[in-house]
Amino acid sequence: MGEMEELRKEADNLKDQITEARKVVQDTTLQEAVAGTTLVGRVQLKTRKTLRGHLAKIYAMHWGTDTNCSKLCVSASQDGKLIVWDTLTTNKVSAIPLKSSWVMTCAYAPSGNMVACGGLDNMCSIYNLKGKDGNVKVMRELAAHTGYLSCCRFLSDSEIITSSGDCTCVLWDIETGTEKTIFAGHLGDCMSLAVSPDFKMFISGACDFTAKLWDIREASCRQTFSGHESDINAIGFFPNGNAVITGSDDATCKLYDLRADQELITYQDSGIMCGVTSLAPSLSGRLLLAGYDDFNVNIWDMLKAERVGVLAGHDNRVSCIGVSSDGMACCTGSWDSFLKIWN
Amino acid sequence: MPGVINMDELTDVDKAEMERDQKKIEVKLERWLTSKCCTEFMEAVQAGVEEDTLVKGIAEDKNPFKELKGGCVVC
Repeated sequence: MGEMEELRKEADNLKDQITEARKVVQDTTLQEAVAGTTLVGRVQLKTRKTLRGHLAKIYAMHWGTDTNCSKLCVSASQDGKLIVWDTLTTNKVSAIPLKSSWVMTCAYAPSGNMVACGGLDNMCSIYNLKGKDGNVKVMRELAAHTGYLSCCRFLSDSEIITSSGDCTCVLWDIETGTEKTIFAGHLGDCMSLAVSPDFKMFISGACDFTAKLWDIREASCRQTFSGHESDINAIGFFPNGNAVITGSDDATCKLYDLRADQELITYQDSGIMCGVTSLAPSLSGRLLLAGYDDFNVNIWDMLKAERVGVLAGHDNRVSCIGVSSDGMACCTGSWDSFLKIWN
Repeated sequence: MPGVINMDELTDVDKAEMERDQKKIEVKLERWLTSKCCTEFMEAVQAGVEEDTLVKGIAEDKNPFKELKGGCVVC
């Protein structure tokens, strides 16, 4: 038997063992477990603010988390700008011109001191918001990926994790501008990543239809979750960090529990046939807000896996969504160039 | 710094080896019963739901995002 065949056979054998081990612990389904709970009441959110200013498709947005900026958010548009917004007043705190307008992601540092972005330039650019003269300048350009930057998330002011179309994720030292760790294993473009609430792990979703859980310090992949039938575009942690939520081009979202190492439930509806672009759980995790290619955001009861609301207000694809860290509002960004704040 | 990995430079055999080695790690995982996970999941959700604005709603006068009708906002 050739070496390839040998290796494939071993891997398949191990995969069968994993499938068996998952079945062994599956003594109930989430559907059965929640049979006695009541569906959450119909959720009707209103647009409270519309953030106007971008001149082209918005591709990403991220809320600030620090108490000083819990009502601030950053958005990235292919008009070549990053805008930091005060969502209460709709004022633009900063409008940062980018070297490359082909931006696909942006992130706000937990401290509120920096923002980052990247895209088809294959780089992650870090901007210091708190420069001495009040000007926002590029602090670092993190270059090493051989594919587009699909997502980035800060661990602190000195470390950031990126995911790329080159199938890898990287942990960077912002100070030196170098790669600390390369996380390889996905067999398709990495589309999205999310950091665990304790900052020890991160998850990535890719075009190989799987999600992977990585241990940041051990530099290893702990678990791989399958089941989706197409690219995973969006990924997030359940608020307590014990479960992972994914959104895919197969029109479904899935909830995977880290301890059971398997899917607990799928959020799908025969009436929904377009891909999921973005997702965010509400503060308690009771609701899952997911943006779709059909311009809507569907709101799901995460326990009962039924739709309990829709956010209809954009005139084009909803490309990004985020819930503020205090859970008070959700922000949607769209290809129609607007961001909306809802609650 | 661990060696630069350029996925384009990995041969099919390299990738198959990586996959096999990864599965060797994953097969050893200790897995919880789904019943325990579901119970904890439900409890986690119920614990936070009362403070969850998007679920419970918020009174107009307490909503920081309410319509600003004239006047000034001092931040």
